[in-house]
Parts: sequence; C-alpha cells; structure tokens
Amino acid sequence: MAPRPTTGPIGRALAALLTLLFVLAFLDIEPARAEYGDVVINNYSDAAGMRPVVFPHWFHRIRFRCKVCHADLGFQFKAGGNQINMAKIIDGQFCGACHNGDIAWSVENCNLCHSAKPGTVTQVHESTIQKLAAPAEPARK
Amino acid sequence: MGNCVGATWLPLEDDGVHDPLAPGVRLLQQPAEALGRLTPDSAGNYVRWVEALDKGEIKPREALRSKAAPRFRDDDILLNLKGGMPIVRFPHRAHTLWLDCSNCHDHLFKAVAGANKLSMFAILQGEQCGVCHGAVSFPLTECTRCHSVARSAVNGKPAQAAQGGALVPAAK
Ligand code: HEC
Ligand code: HEC
Ligand code: HEC
Ligand code: HEC
Ligand code: HEC
Ligand code: HEC
Repeated sequence: MAPRPTTGPIGRALAALLTLLFVLAFLDIEPARAEYGDVVINNYSDAAGMRPVVFPHWFHRIRFRCKVCHADLGFQFKAGGNQINMAKIIDGQFCGACHNGDIAWSVENCNLCHSAKPGTVTQVHESTIQKLAAPAEPARK
Repeated sequence: MGNCVGATWLPLEDDGVHDPLAPGVRLLQQPAEALGRLTPDSAGNYVRWVEALDKGEIKPREALRSKAAPRFRDDDILLNLKGGMPIVRFPHRAHTLWLDCSNCHDHLFKAVAGANKLSMFAILQGEQCGVCHGAVSFPLTECTRCHSVARSAVNGKPAQAAQGGALVPAAK
C-alpha cells in the first residue's frame, strides 16, 4: 500500500504547502504577470557601497544554454554561492568569461550589472519557493 | 493552471528588484521587447522555452570553452507510479537541449530509473526538480506539466523508462 500523502507530520506539512501553492496560483491569475526569476547577488556590494548585482536568466538564456555557464564555466546552482567578486571577474572568471569586451561588453559598465535596489537580499526573486517562504507579502502593489 | 489572458511583462523599473534611480536601468533591455516575440506561455517567464528553441526563434550557444560535443538523450522516464496525482513524465530531451548530464547526474539524481526517492515536499523546498523549477524554469504551480500521464494509462510498475534509453547524436 502506498502511504497516504495526507497523514503523518510530513503529509500534513505537504498538504499545507500544496494548499498554499494553490491559493498563490489563483492569486497570480489576475492580472497575469510574468516572473523574471532574476538572481540578485549581494554578498559584498552593499558593504562596498555599490548597488547589488542583478543577473537576468531570461536575457542570457536567449543567447546561451544553461550548460555554457553551469557546466563549461562552472557556475554552481546557488544564488550567491559562487563567491564572485571584481578581482575574479577582471581575471576572466564567472561574468568575466564573457564581459571582457570580446563576447559581451566589458567590466567598465559598472551600472549595467550593479542595478538593484540597495539592500536587496541575495536570492532568486519572484520564484515559487520565495513566495512560499514569504506568503504574507503581497505579490504586487 | 495559469489561465492565459495576454501576458504582461512589467518594466524593469517597476519589477521590485531594479532600482529605478540606478543609471544603468534605462540602458537595459525591457523583457517585453525580447520575450514578447517568443512562443507564449501562461506562467513563469511567459515563454515556452523548449518550443522557442525547437522553432529556431532563439539560437543559444551550446559551448564557450569546452571542445567536447554536447550530449543529448531523448528518453522519457515515468516517476511516481503509486501516488494519488497523475504520473510524472520526466523528458530527458527537453532537459538535455539546455543542460549537460553533469548538471543533474549524479549530484541531484542517480542515473538509474527508480533509484531516487523523490518527493513533492523536497521539490517545494527547492530540492530535486525544484532546484530549477520554481526558480528559472516553469514554476511549480504548473502541476499538470509534470504530472502529465493519467494513472489509468500505466499499470502500476515501479519507475521505468518509457522508451529505450538511447543516447542520440548531437543535433547540429
Ligand atoms: C558583468 C557584471 C559586473 C560589472 C560590469 C561590474 N561588476 Fe562589480 N560585481 C559584480 C558581481 C557579480 C559582484 C559580486 C556581488 C556581491 O556578491 O555583492 C560584484 C562585486 C563588486 C564589488 C564588491 C566586491 C569586490 O570585489 O570588491 C565592488 C566594490 C564592485 N563590484 C564594483 C564594481 C565597479 C566599480 C565596477 C565598474 C568598474 C563594476 N563593479 C562592474 C558584477 C559586475
Ligand atoms: C550566462 C550564464 C548563465 C546561464 C546561461 C544560465 N545561468 Fe543559471 N545562474 C547563473 C548565475 C550567475 C547564477 C547565480 C550564481 C551566484 O549568485 O553565485 C545562476 C544561478 C542559477 C540557479 C540557482 C538559483 C537558486 O535558487 O539559488 C539555478 C537553479 C540556475 N541558475 C539554473 C539555470 C538554468 C536552468 C539555466 C538554463 C535555462 C541557466 N541557469 C542558465 C548564470 C547562468
Ligand atoms: C556566457 C557568457 C556570459 C556570462 C558568463 C555572463 N554574461 Fe552577461 N551578457 C552576455 C552577453 C552576450 C550579453 C549581451 C551583450 C550585448 O548586448 O552586447 C550580456 C548582457 C548582460 C547584461 C545586460 C542585459 C541587458 O538588458 O542589456 C547584464 C546586466 C549582464 N549581462 C550581467 C551579467 C552578470 C552579473 C554576470 C555574472 C554573474 C554575467 N552577465 C555573466 C554574456 C554573458
Ligand atoms: C517540476 C515537476 C513537478 C511539478 C510542477 C509538480 N510536481 Fe508533484 N511531484 C513531482 C515528482 C517528481 C514527484 C515524486 C514522484 C515520486 O514519488 O517518485 C511528485 C509527487 C507529488 C505528490 C505525492 C505523490 C502522489 O502522487 O500523491 C503530490 C501529492 C504532488 N506531487 C502534487 C503536486 C501538485 C498539487 C502540484 C502543483 C501545485 C505539483 N505536484 C507540481 C514533480 C512535480
Ligand atoms: C534535469 C536533470 C537531468 C539531466 C540534465 C539528465 N538527466 Fe538523466 N535522469 C534524470 C532523472 C530525474 C532520471 C530518473 C531517475 C529516477 O527514475 O529516479 C534520470 C535517469 C537517467 C538514466 C537511467 C535511465 C534508465 O532507464 O534507467 C540514465 C542512464 C541517464 N539519466 C543518463 C543521462 C545522460 C547520459 C544525460 C546527458 C545526456 C542525462 N541523463 C541528463 C535527470 C536528468
Ligand atoms: C537543472 C535544472 C532542472 C532540473 C533539476 C529539472 N528540470 Fe525540468 N526543465 C528544466 C529546463 C531548463 C526546462 C526547459 C523549459 C523551461 O525552462 O521552462 C525544463 C522543462 C521541463 C518539462 C517540460 C518540457 C517541455 O517540453 O516544455 C518538464 C515536464 C520537466 N522539466 C519536468 C521535470 C521534472 C519532473 C524534474 C525532476 C525529476 C525536473 N524537470 C528537473 C530544468 C530542470
């Protein structure tokens, strides 16, 4: 017999999460609005007096498959998990593998990367998981 | 779910992440301009990324430094043959168009059908399928896109490959 998903502590937590998810899904229907899933990287920026960095997946995946960054260039699947800093970028690692004036515009365009609201936390924004973690926050103004 | 009534892409200055006062923001491309041209979806980015790729609407590069031929696989694997929800069909093809085998094997999934203990609870916490779905790929609210095979269509065997697990040559 397969365990019934709605019994036991895990089952109850799962049922609660799923209910929440259904509610969120319906809240989202009107007006239909896209989620960008941008990664904000802010391990050091705020402290250094720079705006945090916004990395847009939607923009980059039009030009590169996931495997280019996540296999070939070695980006780990974790927002903020790669300990990226300017020295590494200038050295040709991470963003610097492309933002070198050859494949894409180079590092002197500080403002194109450092464009988030100061104080924005390091994470994927507008993800299902983020909404589950902060369900009280209204999805839009 | 996600009942499509004309997708809206908020301008960057209103997306809650970009600082409207940042000098770079007006130089960046607006999502509506880039994504509005691609095959539409009703959730997430509002783009059917696999279709957009198949139709040649986008031509993302497959490699930068690596000289190895990209690896593809086109079998489907049926997961969860005993719960209450429709069965989950995992398509290798849609994934290997975008990802390398090493993105999933073996740190997320052992490469043996039925060998992984998958659970919706873990997925909703951003593990397993939830590493990408809900963050970058279509969101977890699209239940039926994963739970897509009616239970009556399969006769309750453990997780299995729906077709032979052939490695297909790189499509160029
Ligand atoms: C291609 C994108 C990109 C460009 C262009 C860029 N940065 Fe960064 N920068 C980053 C990323 C990613 C980080 C890591 C962010 C974090 O964790 O806070 C970072 C971190 C920093 C930091 C804090 C960490 C450190 O290395 O000191 C400073 C200061 C900084 N950048 C300044 C600049 C300045 C000044 C420029 C322009 C000359 C610039 N950046 C251009 C992506 C970029
Ligand atoms: C141009 C490079 C690039 C491409 C292409 C790319 N990514 Fe990423 N990805 C990143 C960067 C940068 C981060 C953030 C890493 C950091 O903050 O240290 C990231 C983070 C992630 C994360 C972690 C999010 C989290 O929850 O913490 C996931 C999952 C992910 N990417 C999936 C994908 C998928 C799926 C694709 C293809 C559709 C893709 N990426 C394509 C660069 C890329
Ligand atoms: C695999 C190559 C690659 C990597 C790695 C990469 N980028 Fe890019 N990026 C590009 C290309 C190509 C463009 C488009 C350049 C152009 O339009 O000339 C771009 C454009 C951008 C833009 C501008 C988007 C717009 O609206 O015009 C931002 C912001 C950006 N990248 C941030 C980053 C950050 C931050 C990182 C590292 C965390 C990064 N990129 C890593 C290739 C890359
Ligand atoms: C990204 C793919 C994906 C999405 C989207 C998804 N699921 Fe699942 N789901 C799975 C996988 C994989 C399992 C575990 C299968 C197994 O047991 O091997 C699972 C298991 C379950 C289970 C427990 C097993 C069962 O059949 O009773 C429930 C309940 C469930 N999902 C409900 C949902 C609901 C409700 C949604 C939408 C809110 C949803 N799932 C969206 C992939 C997904
Ligand atoms: C997005 C993640 C992902 C990617 C990328 C991926 N796989 Fe898988 N693979 C899976 C999952 C999930 C299963 C099913 C595991 C289970 O049933 O528990 C699987 C199963 C397998 C199996 C077992 C099949 C069987 O019939 O027993 C093999 C072999 C395999 N993968 C090889 C590959 C190869 C080779 C590549 C690259 C060309 C690849 N995979 C890319 C997620 C992935
Ligand atoms: C490493 C990232 C990653 C993981 C892990 C992952 N996926 Fe996906 N998945 C993708 C990407 C990228 C696509 C392409 C469509 C998109 O981005 O929305 C996709 C597409 C799909 C599609 C739709 C294919 C189509 O034709 O549109 C299904 C169904 C799916 N995934 C199911 C699963 C299931 C079930 C699991 C867990 C067993 C899983 N995925 C794990 C990245 C991932």
